[in-house]
Amino acid sequence: MNTLLWVIYPYLSLVILVGGLVWRYRYDKFGWTTRSSQLYESTILRWGSPLFHFGVLMVLIGHVGGLLIPKAWTEAVGITEHTYHLMAVFIGTVAGFCTLIGMGLLIARRRLTGPVFAATTRNDKAMYLVLAAVIVLGLWSTVRANVTGPGYDYRETISPWFRSLFYFSPDPQLMADVPVGFQIHVVAAFALFAFWPFTRLVHAFSAPVGYLTRPYVVYRSRGDQPGLGRTRPGWEGPPRLPSSRGDRTRSRR
Amino acid sequence: MRVMAQMSMVMNLDKCIGCHTCSVTCKQAWTNRSGVEYVWFNNVETRPGQGYPRTYENQERWQGGWTRTRSGRLKPRSGGRLKKMFSIFANPKLPSMQDYYEPWTYDYEHLINAPAGDDIPVARPKSLLTGEDMKVTWSANWDDSLAGGNEIAAGDPVLAKVSDQVKQEFEKTFMFFLPRICEHCLNPSCAAACPSGAIYKRAEDGIVLVDQDRCRGWRMCVTGCPYKKVYFNHRTGKAEKCTFCFPRIEIGQPTICSETCVGRLRYLGLMLYDADRVAEAAAVRDEHDLYDAQRSVFLDPHDPAVVAAAREAGIPDDWIEAAQRSPVWDLIMKYEVALPLHPEYRTMPMVWYIPPLSPVADVLRETGHDAEEAGNLFGAIDALRIPVDYLAELFTAGDPAPVRGVLNRLAAMRSYQRRINLGEAADESIAAAVGMTGAQMDEMYRLLAIAKYEQRYVIPAAHAEDAHRLEKIATECSLDYEGGPGMGGGGPYGQGPFGESSGTPVPVQVETFHMQRNRQTTDAFTDPGDEPRRVNLLNWDGKSTPKGLFPPRRTEPEHTDGSKP
Repeated sequence: MNTLLWVIYPYLSLVILVGGLVWRYRYDKFGWTTRSSQLYESTILRWGSPLFHFGVLMVLIGHVGGLLIPKAWTEAVGITEHTYHLMAVFIGTVAGFCTLIGMGLLIARRRLTGPVFAATTRNDKAMYLVLAAVIVLGLWSTVRANVTGPGYDYRETISPWFRSLFYFSPDPQLMADVPVGFQIHVVAAFALFAFWPFTRLVHAFSAPVGYLTRPYVVYRSRGDQPGLGRTRPGWEGPPRLPSSRGDRTRSRR
Repeated sequence: MRVMAQMSMVMNLDKCIGCHTCSVTCKQAWTNRSGVEYVWFNNVETRPGQGYPRTYENQERWQGGWTRTRSGRLKPRSGGRLKKMFSIFANPKLPSMQDYYEPWTYDYEHLINAPAGDDIPVARPKSLLTGEDMKVTWSANWDDSLAGGNEIAAGDPVLAKVSDQVKQEFEKTFMFFLPRICEHCLNPSCAAACPSGAIYKRAEDGIVLVDQDRCRGWRMCVTGCPYKKVYFNHRTGKAEKCTFCFPRIEIGQPTICSETCVGRLRYLGLMLYDADRVAEAAAVRDEHDLYDAQRSVFLDPHDPAVVAAAREAGIPDDWIEAAQRSPVWDLIMKYEVALPLHPEYRTMPMVWYIPPLSPVADVLRETGHDAEEAGNLFGAIDALRIPVDYLAELFTAGDPAPVRGVLNRLAAMRSYQRRINLGEAADESIAAAVGMTGAQMDEMYRLLAIAKYEQRYVIPAAHAEDAHRLEKIATECSLDYEGGPGMGGGGPYGQGPFGESSGTPVPVQVETFHMQRNRQTTDAFTDPGDEPRRVNLLNWDGKSTPKGLFPPRRTEPEHTDGSKP
């Protein structure tokens, strides 16, 4: 059971994530969009969306810090477990609640605004369910263990296990004694990863960082295939003499 | 000097009767899909009026276009790169559906399905966003021809800029129509606002397009465009905009809006410009200088140095030759009668307008004067601040001088040609009064009044060795479309296995391309002198073959095909 949950399942989900993204990028670039509903409603969105997105970005940074950076490293630069714990719990809880409130607003808006609800697909609903589950479970485990409870140092167990996935020497034993709340959170998170490429969440992978460095106006050449016509594979038109230089691409003009 | 070619348009507003044919045919061609019901790549606005979307010209509110920074550089008015990134989760300046209008259809089915009763069933309007009943309160041209009166027209942001006295007179005096498409700017602020880099300007012909595969729906372009001519498809979550009908332009056909324009008021042609000087020209300090700055960017295609540089830049000879014949060049540079729309947005728009003289003439006529007399017209243009100031706010960032110049030239042409029309001697002094010669007056008159199809639309076909793959030309076997006879689909020329009209239909373009072109470029009927042989179709019962209904081919032998005995 341990092996299934903490070795096979995470790998499977990561493979689906990467494979799914590649597949979606190759065959459904057109569907790769935020599918924003701001046109329908923007008063609630103006609060909910930034709250959720900035919150979730903070949560992401927190997870990177907590899961990928080994405890030994932070201690080496002089951050004691107590300091780290305080920081993580404080910032993490704030970010978590921002995310939760933002998501609450967005889901309420989605259900209550007529046009937005009409534009919601089944896929969206399922995605919201999984996403909400992951966020609520994560927040709930953190709050229960570290705010109201005695504190739980996941950097001794979950983090090494998570990193071990990437060394390709997974150690399921580390996860065996983790509190159930965290366990479910992790399982749900990997379910979300597997679902990710097939939902509108893909837009997260097209965060436009290139915008910061590119020139304002983009010029592009018309390219080899003008107009609306598509060439079917294997039907490139009548036979043509190979060009003297031997290259298959033809000069533009 | 870096020479680039730009496909551009000029519209002669004096000829626009506001029939919306351009809008309708454009919609049929491009946006008759769900998700873009509210999208009008081409719309016709009544001026004064709020425009579409409502009050889009109020850049204080919508933050479109560029703004000049204190250091003399340009940045998008809605904010630079960092600000865009931070407002990406909820664009604060996006027009809502209500600023356009809520698209609707009618419940036609109810007319048939309604149970028997005392009342006549009606087709209620249903929202295309929610499917619920709705009340229609606004549309793309709700204020057409000043409908709604001053209450609506008073919301015109351009009107707000002219003085109160002018405003009051204005409301009494005139209106005109302003057809608008994407401006395909030299310095497009929609492209600058796009975080994904999906909006690009085509290097060959300057057409600004959205790459549908790269658009991620961040919707910053809608804010970035001051003309609000980029629309968000609310179904697919992608931006869409006027394409300048590039598939037609590429094979030398005019855009749909030009093709179907009833008033024949649109002109299409190439402009060569110096791409290196665009940024500098768009950033001149004084807004009033923007009109001249943009004109200074254009390169004279008759200048041998420019021709050499254009060749250097890889522009083919027939394109250069087309640029020399370009009616757009003549209207903008030679006769100086075309003006850009809102140059103060600093995007260097490339759809220009000849401002309407008719309002001035109308006022003159109403006051009992001879509206065609040069002296009267010149005087009226000087005296009537109303149209001039308003037009200046539209076309020259508020500077009345260029507008006055254009109207004077149009007025001079009108009275010069009137004399000729009445059989009087041509009066060179009228031409001289606006710094032109009689011969130039004649040429301009020909271009504005009687130019034929080929003179109005000078469009060199795209140069691509595989342009034959374009949908509309059939240099390959025309039967090789999906499932067609060439692909194993059936008998000769579009006939399926069970005779004519069986099988899939032939792509209409293949058949009609030459016929269409023929029809567009000819003035005569196909067969002049065939009147005696014409048949009244209303009397024909479809059974007999009246003589002359199917004329024999004149040049080739009778066409024989297998299906007809």
